[in-house]
This record gives sequence, C-alpha cells and structure tokens, in this order.
Amino acid sequence: MRQVRVATVVLLGCLLALALLPLVAEKYYIQLFTKMMIMAIFAMSLDLLVGYTGLVSLGHAAFFGLAGYVLAFAAPQYEAANLWLSLPLAMAGSGALALVIGVLVLRTSGIYFIMVTLAFAQMVFFLFHDTKIAGGADGIYVYAKPVAAIAGWEPFSLENHTHFYFVVLVLLVLVYALLRMLLASLFGRVIVGIRVNEQRMRSLGYRTFRYKLVCFVIAGALAGMAGYFAAAQFGFVSPDILGWHTSGGVLMMVILGGKGTLNGAILGAFAMMLLELGLQGLPVVGGVDIGKHWQLLMGGFIVFAVLLLPHGLLGLGRLASRLLRKPAEAGDG
Amino acid sequence: MDANTFLIQVLNGIQYGLLLFLVASGLTLILGIMGIINLAHGSFYMVGAYLAFSLSQHFGSLWLAMAGGVVIAVAIGLLLEWLLISRLYHRDHLYQVLLTYGLILIFEELRSVVFGDDVHGVAVPALLQASIPLTDTLSYPVYRLWMSAVCLALAIGMYLLIQKTRLGMMIRAGAANREMVQSLGINIDLLYRLVFALGVALAAFAGMIAAPVASVFPGMGNQVLIVCFVVVVIGGIGSVKGAMLAAILIGLVDTFDKVLTFEIGGVQLLPELSGMMIYVLMAVVLLARPEGLFGKRG
Amino acid sequence: MAEAVLRTERLTKHFGGLAAVNDVSLEFFTDQIHAVIGPNGAGKTTLANLLSGDLASTSGRIYLDGEDIAGLSADRISQRGVGRSYQKTNIFLPFTAFENCRLAAQSRLPSSMRFTRPALRYDDVSQQALRALVEVGLEDRAQEPAATLSHGEQRQLEIAMTLATRPRILLLDEPLAGMGSEESARMVELLQRLKQAHAMLLVEHDMDAVFALADRLTVMVNGCVLASGAPEQIRASAAVQEAYLGTEEAHS
Repeated sequence: MRQVRVATVVLLGCLLALALLPLVAEKYYIQLFTKMMIMAIFAMSLDLLVGYTGLVSLGHAAFFGLAGYVLAFAAPQYEAANLWLSLPLAMAGSGALALVIGVLVLRTSGIYFIMVTLAFAQMVFFLFHDTKIAGGADGIYVYAKPVAAIAGWEPFSLENHTHFYFVVLVLLVLVYALLRMLLASLFGRVIVGIRVNEQRMRSLGYRTFRYKLVCFVIAGALAGMAGYFAAAQFGFVSPDILGWHTSGGVLMMVILGGKGTLNGAILGAFAMMLLELGLQGLPVVGGVDIGKHWQLLMGGFIVFAVLLLPHGLLGLGRLASRLLRKPAEAGDG
Repeated sequence: MDANTFLIQVLNGIQYGLLLFLVASGLTLILGIMGIINLAHGSFYMVGAYLAFSLSQHFGSLWLAMAGGVVIAVAIGLLLEWLLISRLYHRDHLYQVLLTYGLILIFEELRSVVFGDDVHGVAVPALLQASIPLTDTLSYPVYRLWMSAVCLALAIGMYLLIQKTRLGMMIRAGAANREMVQSLGINIDLLYRLVFALGVALAAFAGMIAAPVASVFPGMGNQVLIVCFVVVVIGGIGSVKGAMLAAILIGLVDTFDKVLTFEIGGVQLLPELSGMMIYVLMAVVLLARPEGLFGKRG
Repeated sequence: MAEAVLRTERLTKHFGGLAAVNDVSLEFFTDQIHAVIGPNGAGKTTLANLLSGDLASTSGRIYLDGEDIAGLSADRISQRGVGRSYQKTNIFLPFTAFENCRLAAQSRLPSSMRFTRPALRYDDVSQQALRALVEVGLEDRAQEPAATLSHGEQRQLEIAMTLATRPRILLLDEPLAGMGSEESARMVELLQRLKQAHAMLLVEHDMDAVFALADRLTVMVNGCVLASGAPEQIRASAAVQEAYLGTEEAHS
C-alpha cells in the first residue's frame, strides 16, 4: 500500500513539473520534452502488448510510422491538415493496419511471433521505401503543423511550440488514464490472464485470440497517435521511421523502464532519449568522433542493461526502497 | 522470356536459396538447440563479407581470406558465447531479443568505424572466373555454380554431423534436456559454445562466399536476417527439410519477382513491389498453415 | 435413468502409430462419480484432455447433452458447461486465490470485452468467486498469492476455479495428487458434496478415495477399457485384479 502511495506522489510531482516546464525553459527544451512525451505515449502503447499481454512485438514501428504518412497525405499540397479530422484518420489507419497484421501474426506465438512481427513491419517498410506512393526512400514533408480549427475557431495553434507541448502533455495524461482504466476493466484482467497462462484461460472458456487481437489494435492505434505527433513535430516522414531501429528502440524503452508497469514505459522513454542525446553530444577523442558513432555505446548500454537490470530502472528503484526500509516496516510491503 | 534467360533465373534463384539456407541453418541451429533467438546472426553474415573484403585485399587471395575469416569468425563466436550469450539461456526470449539487438548496434558501428560506410566489391577468385556458355551472348558464371555446390555440400555435411556422429547426438540430446546431458558428464557449456561458434561460422562463411556476387554493403546483415526469419517461419517449426524447401522457394520468388512484370488495372505490381513478395508469401502461409509448411501442429 | 450428461462413443486418439485412447465408450451422469483408474500411461489424462477439448480426437464421438462436441475448441467446450482440473497444477501463480477464482467466474459473463467499468465492481462475479472459495474451504486464504499456497491448497484452488465456472460436469484429473491424509480426507468430503449437482469424471490413483467415492468404476489399460461397472464388481473381477489392482495394492 505504501508503495502505491509513493508512486502516486512521484507521478503527480512529475506531472506538475512537466506542466510548469514551459514557464521556465527555453524553446529547445520545450521541444525536447515534447518529443520525449510523444515517445512515452509510443512506449506505453507497446507496454500494453509486451508488458501486460506478453506479446513481444518487434514491428511496432509500422503503426507509428504509418500514422505519420497518413498525416502527410491528409495535408493538401503545402497546406495544413485539420487536426480533428487527420488525427482520428491516422489512428484509424494504424489501427486498421494492426488489425490486418494482427490477424496474421497472432496465429503464432513465442519466438515465431517475434519474427513475424518484424517481418511484416519490414514489409510495410518496403512498401514505402520501394514504391512511389510517398516519395520512396527520400520520404515526404509535412509542410505545416495540423490546424486545430472547428468552424473557423482555433482553440490553440500547433505552430506555437508551447501549445504543441501542452497538447501532447494532455494526451499523455489521457492515454495513461485510458490505459489504467483499460487494465482494471474486464478486458484488462483477461489480457493479464493471457500473459500468465493462456492455455488455462482457454480452458476457462475465453476466446483468447479475440482479446489479443483487440489489444493489438488498441496498441497500434495509440502508436499511431504518437507517430502522428512525431511527424507533425519533425515535419518530415521517411521509411526509416517504420524501420526496425525504431521498433528496437521503443522496445528497449519499455524494458529499460520496467515492463508491465506503464510508469516504466514513460520513465524508459525519457531515459533513453536523454541517453541518446548525451551520447550524441560526446566529443571527438583520439581522432574518433564518438558522438557520430553513439550507437556503439548505446548498443553496449543495452547489453549491460539486459544483463544487470532484469527488472529495469523501476525494479532498481523497488530494490533500493526495500533496502532502505527499516526491518520493522518490511512486513507491510 | 526465352528458355536460356529462364534457366539463368532459375539457377540464380536456387543459388540464392541455397545461400539463404546456409545462413538460416545457422540461425535454426542456435534457435533449436540452444533456444536462443539471435538477432545479431545477420551481423555475422556482414562481418564475414567485410572480412572477405579486407582480408582478400591484404592477402591478395580470396581463398586465404576465407580461411582466415572463418578462423576469426569462430573466435568471435566463442568469445561472444562465453561473455554474453551464455547468460541468456534461462531468460525470456524478450531479453535475448534485446541483448542481440544491442549487439547489432555494436557490430554496425564497429563496422562503420573500421571499414567505413561505403559499398565494396570483392573479386571472384581467378580459379572460378570462367563462365559456362549457354548461347552466343549468354553464359552462366562458374562461381555461382560453385557457390551452390558448396552450400549444398555444407548442408549435407551438417546433416551428417547432427544425425550420424556422436557429437551430433550429444548436441541433439542437449537440445532436448540440458541438465540430463550435464549429469551424464558431458560438458554442456562447451557443447553450446561450439554450437554457437558453428552457427556464427556458417553465417560468416555465407557472407564471404556471397561477397563477390552480392557486394559488400552496410545493410546486408539486417536484410539477410529478416529473410532468414521468413525462411524459418515458412519452412516450419523445427524442420530442416522445411527450411531447405522454404529457402529455395524464397530464392526463386525473390529472383523472379525482380525480372517479371505484372500489373492489375494499370497499377504496376511487379517489379515495383518485388521487395514485398516474400512477405506476401509468408502471409499466405500463415493464413493457410500457421505452423509452417513442415512444422508440427499444436 | 436420465440422459447422460456426457457420453463418448468409440473415442480414439492416435499419436503417430500409438493409440493412447482406443475405442472408448463411456457415460457420465449427474449425481454420479465415475472414476477412471489404471496404470500410468493407460490413457486416463489423454481421455480427460479429449473430453475438455485440450486435445483433438482422431475418431469417435463425444456427446454433451446429446450434442456432438468432438472437434470443438477447449474454450467452446468450457462454455458449454464442462469444467476441468489438471493433474499438474494449472493456476495463475502471481494472482491471489480470489483473483484466480474471479477470473474463472468472469468467464461466464456473456462478454468480457468491457473496457471502462472496473472488473472488481462486477459484484455477481466476485460473489461467485467467493462462493467457490468457500465451497473448497479456502476463504481464509483468498488474498494470498497463489504461489504462496501449500501444494494441497493449490489443488483446492484448482477445483475452486473449476467450480467458479459453474460447470455441469467436472473432469478432475488426480485432485488428490501429492496430498497428505488430512487434506485428502477434506478433498474426498468436498467431492462427495459436489456429486449431487454435477456429473463427475474422477481420474485417481488413490484407491482408498476411489472406493470411498466412486459410484461407477472404469479400468483402463493401454488406452482400452478393460472393465466398467459397479465398484464391487470391478474389485472382484479376476481380470482386473491381475492387470491392475494387484499391482496397485502392492504399491499403495
């Protein structure tokens, strides 16, 4: 119980800090944290699959990237798309792709599931890379940020980086709340049951395939939301966004933070992005531009994290809090 | 398409398929026997190709480069298994995926640091530079035939090793029950290390012999890895026969879809969507027989 | 006599060349404990797996209330009122005993595709789960993680989960496995109580329990039914004694 209260306090504290950030920070940091919050949404969507349902998907970037492309298509030439139309459209597109891919990949499990998710994401990559649908390997631009107009009235403007920041912050909170609600619902209990013992769930009468599919689609749609704003912020989409470096990266975020906790996904997203930034900024040492080859250090970090942090950063935190607690109190953990 | 061109494409398809089988067999060996999914398997393919490139320049001979390259690859495989892979045996596939993903990043960047990011060519060894003439204008390179022959020979060799030798028996037993084999006094750690090194060597060797044909470029490892996954999925769970069939099938599909033209209602599907064809094939197999063509059901 | 709840007709399962279950025709009635005994490898668990849909049969029919259920998936069969407990404890270890039963009870709702209302607010489901726990005598341990329960308690939970799905027929695979004498006595008493409202298949090795409980006894050897009838008859049969009971008494 006490642990839950601590977590709640920490969460609210972080929320407060995020809400106050634009008052004290410069544009660069506001945009940086916007990006981190977008990745946090992306990571949470994957945690639903990996951490809670036990479906290790290596192709989650397909849904993230597709939404960006939908945005690029939805925008008339050189003009801005309407947020209220294009965002649902992008999420629906990602959800639909997740439905199609899900029907195919959920016929497998274990290692094969991992392989086929990767393969299908690669197929989507090729679709955009090899064809002239959307600029091929060169990608296409999102020239203007989506416009939030309803019958002429604009409550905010995404061209304003502070507005953009708050829109993403609100969505982060909404997605978090939505997922918490989902996980506490009947559906959520089935999902977790499937992760723990799918065969038993079936013998209890649950049509597990359906629940996994719905979960896959929800996760895909939420990844689409993140991808939409990532494309809107960056102003550019290319096939690499669908690639497996993106898929691998977001998976790492979920694990680094601590899977199956949602909080871990957010923590992991922030941590990975800060780490990436830090590594990229490293200087040239002995004639070798370390910053340019930051992925070498990132790879090394990933290897160490897997070996030394079996429960991610949150697991480390839990371990620390258990060690710090006095023996007398250990009983009410 | 005339008969000779068709023949050339078929031979190319089979050659590519056999090469895929070589790489995929290393992957399934490690997967089936040690239960480890190794995403960095493609990186070893790339390492092999780059070793072929640099060592052949150094030695002036692709043969020496291959010999040296295999030795280096085996050494890398042994080291990796001892340091890292051995810690993954009792862990979830998820962590195996992540750790080997980290290895991919490391290998990619090391390659970038050591060899740069350019595309390189490797010369076909003088011995195999001939071509077999088919018509006045068309001929088929002996080197490609040699490649197919080598892949086939290695495949047969592996089959004999696994099925007919004592070592193979120990490997198969270790796959079924690790603790039991250990209690019989067999050094299972060493066994696994050898199996892993073998798998690495197969991938690297495949990269080496492919280098003169497919050229040496940065993304080659990841590309071959994903195709190997498709081979394993289509071929079926635990089936070497399936892997061989699937590899040949994919080799042929992947070769032909680049040279054929196909359109529906004015929309050009081939060769535009050639990159997607093998995934479409995988989708069809998943719909009809999710356990793969030769996989065991349920 | 009333119609059999569950009836098999020449049920057969081949694994390659081996017939694990061979031409088995049995009936199960409400208010009757039908015990199936036999040496290891006789096909008893395979039979249970066939009836619950965990395994697909090679040939033969399975009638539930007159309807052929052969070939249906395990989840569909469960929804038709077949409850299964497993030889190897098959529970949700990280969850509490209560959550195990609650999840089982939840399966009886028309649909679990509900995303907003918290699962714990479905009072009927929670009540059903608690009732199942009380039935097996685990209500004091409801909030304990299943992993911390003793072996006997886990076997009880296994039964409770099955009961929470309100089945009409219970397929119990060695419910007494690994239990001490006190726990076994409790389990026997529970099964006696359950008999009235359910049809029951009881696969067991504990001969004392079998003869205390069984209204009907079937002996299986090598996948085939060697004998089937009233317990006293079977006990007295020379063929059965030779094939099985003789060796069994030497062991127990």
